[in-house]
Amino acid sequence: MKKRDFIKNMTGASLGVAALAFIPESFAIPLTPVVGNQTSRSKRAFPNVPVVTHEGKVVRFYDDLIKNKTVMINFTYTDCQGICPGMTANLKQVYKEFGDRMGKDIFMYSISLQPEHDTPAVLKAYTEMHRIKPGWTFLTGSKANIELLREHLGYKFSDPRLDKDKSEHLGVVKFGIEALERWGMAPALGDPKYLAEYVRWMEPNGARPVLSEMMG
Amino acid sequence: MFKKIIKATNFSRQEKMVERYMKEVNDIQAAGVSRRDLFKMGLTAGVGGLTAIGGGVFLPNLAEASNSSSSPGIISPPCTKPWSDPLPIPKTPVSVGNFTGPVAEKGQCLETQNLYNPGNGPIGAYENFTEARTEDHQRWDELGGLAACTKYELMAKEIDWNFYSAAEYPSFNSKVWTYVDMNPNSNGDYAAGVLRLKAQYGSPVLMRMYNGLPKNGRDTQGFGINQCSPHLHNAHNPPESDGGPMRFWDSGKWYDFWYPNIRAGFASTHKAGTYRNGLWCPGDWQETQSTLWFHDHRMDFTSQNVYKGLASFYTLFSKDINLDTDDETTGLRLPSGQYDIPLLFTDKVLDQTGQMFFDTFNIEGILGDQQTVNFKIKPYLTVDRRKYRFRFLDAGPSRFIELSLSNGARMTRIANCGNLLPKAQIVPSIRLGVAERADVIIDFSTYEPGTVIYLENRLEQLNGKGTTGKILASGSNTQLLKFIVSSATVVDNSAPLATLQTQVMVPFPDRTKNPVKIKRKFDFGTSNGAWVVNGQFFNPTVISAYPIEGSQEEWTLTSGGGWSHPVHIHHEEFQIVNRDGKAPAIDDLSRKDVVRIGDAAQATTGTSSITFDMQFRDWYGDYPMHCHNVVHEDHAMMIRWKIVPPTDPNAGK
Repeated sequence: MKKRDFIKNMTGASLGVAALAFIPESFAIPLTPVVGNQTSRSKRAFPNVPVVTHEGKVVRFYDDLIKNKTVMINFTYTDCQGICPGMTANLKQVYKEFGDRMGKDIFMYSISLQPEHDTPAVLKAYTEMHRIKPGWTFLTGSKANIELLREHLGYKFSDPRLDKDKSEHLGVVKFGIEALERWGMAPALGDPKYLAEYVRWMEPNGARPVLSEMMG
Repeated sequence: MFKKIIKATNFSRQEKMVERYMKEVNDIQAAGVSRRDLFKMGLTAGVGGLTAIGGGVFLPNLAEASNSSSSPGIISPPCTKPWSDPLPIPKTPVSVGNFTGPVAEKGQCLETQNLYNPGNGPIGAYENFTEARTEDHQRWDELGGLAACTKYELMAKEIDWNFYSAAEYPSFNSKVWTYVDMNPNSNGDYAAGVLRLKAQYGSPVLMRMYNGLPKNGRDTQGFGINQCSPHLHNAHNPPESDGGPMRFWDSGKWYDFWYPNIRAGFASTHKAGTYRNGLWCPGDWQETQSTLWFHDHRMDFTSQNVYKGLASFYTLFSKDINLDTDDETTGLRLPSGQYDIPLLFTDKVLDQTGQMFFDTFNIEGILGDQQTVNFKIKPYLTVDRRKYRFRFLDAGPSRFIELSLSNGARMTRIANCGNLLPKAQIVPSIRLGVAERADVIIDFSTYEPGTVIYLENRLEQLNGKGTTGKILASGSNTQLLKFIVSSATVVDNSAPLATLQTQVMVPFPDRTKNPVKIKRKFDFGTSNGAWVVNGQFFNPTVISAYPIEGSQEEWTLTSGGGWSHPVHIHHEEFQIVNRDGKAPAIDDLSRKDVVRIGDAAQATTGTSSITFDMQFRDWYGDYPMHCHNVVHEDHAMMIRWKIVPPTDPNAGK
């Protein structure tokens, strides 16, 4: 049996697996998760799906991009004429704020909301046009995997109409220190200095708010 | 030009490989199994199930909503033995004559204190605590300084807590972060969990709050940050003791919060003080407050830290003017002592071991499928046949509630947002947005011993965005707390119900002597999924308004549909002038510090515009206005404003 056929056959066999999630109430089994340890939580929170970088490298989302890293994540797409160019420009300022920490212990990821169009080559061209430097990676992948990431990273609305509107998923960045399970979210067009500060404020020995700068 | 580049690019060999790989990945994904599982052939069920639900939206607890098959939620272990555990009664921290550490000062205390820090764990547990506060207390000397203060020592720390009944799940415990009294009460207990601090007007409180939360590297069960900023909600306090979003500090430090417990107007509109029935007090007695609460306010992490358990009551009494005295034989003769019980409502998702679960990636708002009262799922309270005062608080994080009694009896509401009403309202149900409070009198004297009455929340809410406003049928899902009427004969020295229902309590403050000079509008909206106020994103360096100290302003808040927002303003309560141009309804007829706008703000009717008058008195500095759906708040649905003297270059801007 060829591998492809094997997978095809599995589809039927694994129906039970897929159906579990949508099981009718009458014969529902408890789906209660165990908060457990950090490893099990991370597994649940971050799909370890393969994604492709703008350099054409296939990487695992959790293992290679998130695990033990301080990260900033947003969604974008190269064809976006609205908010995206400004957002990319703003995040470049955030990149500058982090200075030489970028690519060493802080990583930025921009995930394409239009993976069918944004092939690695398209993303590569986009990063070249915007002079994106190392430490900031643009990502694409299968439509299903990108959808999974969007849901898990909290870029999903319960209202299907709102959820369908791509532009509604563009305006915020998530930032986190994975090892400490600290995650926040802010407007992607916020003051870049403070977008970087929000990350530092979460760090055990990072910067703290300077009240005198905030008194208008 | 950009597109041309793309078209000119030929797919390289590497990219073709990537494409093939992705195709294969897609097929595996379509089959619903992971590559590894495929070859393991078996262990897939549990993993598949978890993958499908992890990070998704929560299911609300109400059965009516669980038919939604598209998004199966996380279901907490069922409570099949309800009403087995008694309601936890919030304990009162005890005051101390002197702090055990350095003497408190007007400015930052520069001495350190070597103290056990539970956040450090068993090894290296002692630490030199330092004071995190950098700002001086305003008007400290003028209001009596240290000598006038009643002192408390509390610590934010992790404790074990079972939200379920011990009879059903004896070994469950959740790592809960709460405020813990560092001094034992007369029973030798250290109050923890939901606390209830008792304060009196005229007696400033100095609360030394230590941060003993788990240090870095210790497991947080997936959410929460060990930095805190306890906000005393609705207090008329200076910003340095307000517990604002930017003033958080780390484990291993303390902060002296000074709560002057003085009424608004004392240094501005009512410098000479006021009299109630011949008794004098500083400020305007008609600004007297009763039920406040304190909760964490760390910017971006308020929802996580409050959900973690950092929320307690601060009940403020007014013995000085013989009003709300903490003694049912005096003043308004409200039920007091053991018959004055605060109830904190918060909903949780719990895992198979009873551990709290929180989705840090949720964007709309968190709904727990288990609603708790004072951190217990479905507790009971044996009540004496007499009158009680209950203080309801919706502690969120995102759920709106509407409380009623299962026997249809009406409740006598005496306070809204913690402020005594001009006269009690006799109501069948009370709706609360997150952070709203209601004090009610319930009279059990007319019921036969053994009578059972449930306190219910019958408000439908299907997601974290807000309520539908629909009232659900009464049933086991809507019951929160079971009252069992006892047979004991007890004395009730509180005023007769007819008196409590008709007596004048606190008339609305007269604002006509301080006419509105400035009107402002704040529109709450979204831009590409991010919150904006007046089209602007939150920026911590931006002050959006500069009200002049001593003045009154009129603010109008507007909001589109699709969401419900309980908007909270720090510093002083306000009075609603109109809702969508109409005169305030019963819910709005009060001094308020939280107002509901957006979808189903009242009944099933949405509100797009609310106008209120607010005074800015006695203290200088910055305060926030924000949505108290704490998930929205953490996603920057907030502005800051600052009270300035008339001579300030920004005054009135």
